[in-house]
Amino acid sequence: MTHWQWIRTLAIAVLFAPALWAAGGGGAETIVLVADSRRYAGWKAWWMNLYNESHLYFAIFTIVVVPTVGLILGKATDWLMARTGINLKSRILAEH
Amino acid sequence: MDWLYIDMPIAGFPIFWPGLIVLGFGVGLIGGFFGMGGGWMVTPGLNILGFPMAFAIGTDITHMAGKSLISTLRHGRFGNVDYRLGLIMVFGTVGGFEAGAQLVMWLERIGKVDFYVRHGYLVLLALIAWLVFTDIVRKRRKDREAIAAGRQVDSLSTGIEWHKRLHKLRIPPIVHFKQAGIRCSAWLPIGVSFITGLLAGVLGIGGGLIRMPALIYLIGCPTHVAVGTDLFEVAISGLYGAGSYSYKGRTELLAALVMLVGASVGAQIGTVATKYVRGYGIRIFFGIAVVGCAVSIVFKLFADAFPSARSLLDLSATVLILGLVTSLSLYILIRFIQGARQELAMKRQSESAHAVR
Repeated sequence: MTHWQWIRTLAIAVLFAPALWAAGGGGAETIVLVADSRRYAGWKAWWMNLYNESHLYFAIFTIVVVPTVGLILGKATDWLMARTGINLKSRILAEH
Repeated sequence: MDWLYIDMPIAGFPIFWPGLIVLGFGVGLIGGFFGMGGGWMVTPGLNILGFPMAFAIGTDITHMAGKSLISTLRHGRFGNVDYRLGLIMVFGTVGGFEAGAQLVMWLERIGKVDFYVRHGYLVLLALIAWLVFTDIVRKRRKDREAIAAGRQVDSLSTGIEWHKRLHKLRIPPIVHFKQAGIRCSAWLPIGVSFITGLLAGVLGIGGGLIRMPALIYLIGCPTHVAVGTDLFEVAISGLYGAGSYSYKGRTELLAALVMLVGASVGAQIGTVATKYVRGYGIRIFFGIAVVGCAVSIVFKLFADAFPSARSLLDLSATVLILGLVTSLSLYILIRFIQGARQELAMKRQSESAHAVR
């Protein structure tokens, strides 16, 4: 395949993407779920209310909390792993 | 034994939390070692614990983002992550994923989605398995020939070398990926990630299962760098998926956080275990995981074709997946323990030799 053929193929792929998007058409009616916050108090009730009131805020909350917790747990387990005495800075094996 | 159960605030039912931690640990271990999110393992596991399918997928993707971040940080310190390559690939992955999702909606409208997705997945897994094992056989043949000819075995040689042909495409801009040791057109990773993203979007998976071999065979990454860079990709796309599923109200965040506790330990062990296993060792077990996954889909297809045996075939598929997860986890744990013991013994030896001097 020549360079021009590659460029042409890529251009077709890019041009084709909106057609694929349009092919999807309108979205189907989604089922709305509601969390029952009446049984709970404190943080659980707050959590459920956040979910019930705005899925957007809940989504933002999720994408902030997950990496933060991941980072904290990662650092904690990193610290624990370092206690074992294993070299955690380099890998000797280097091959394909 | 009520304390062993925790109420899921959104889904509204109790879940056996030690099960979530064990599941997270297993998937963290395998994901950190092979460089994939592991959605194909988690979803049936969550299903068994009592999650409805819609919540199982969203919860899985959410925990995947956190777990992959932990593995990426650890792999990054070993020099296994090519961040530049990963960032370039994000564009192709996101574009491809969205195009794939739209394609699925179109297939849904014509009523063919299940047929195409299941069969497409199967063909793809068969192709990946063929690729992995052909590569291993060719590499072994090369090594044998080198030994027979009295030459030294080249540890950097590979069996399948498609990437060498693809590197000859010199469409500007040409980019050097230092960590991966590759110099190629930026369009190569963008194009490859678009295709892998498209396939992931159509099949409804994170994409690690496809992207890891694509990074090795099409882009030419060394195995360890492919594992680390793929995890970096999974962390980003997982976060995108977490946001998307949460926005649709299909994420049980508490379950994802409980799983992360187990996954953080598993991800550390799985990642450190790659220190002690050669690249081709990782490829062999990755191939086995792909075959197991393909067989479980065959069971599901048979379950559709023979409704009378559905429960038995569905059970067989679940047992197979969980058996595979357990076996792979045990293998990685054993390699980690053996490798760490050996390394620490050598360290002690060199310290005592140093003290004598």
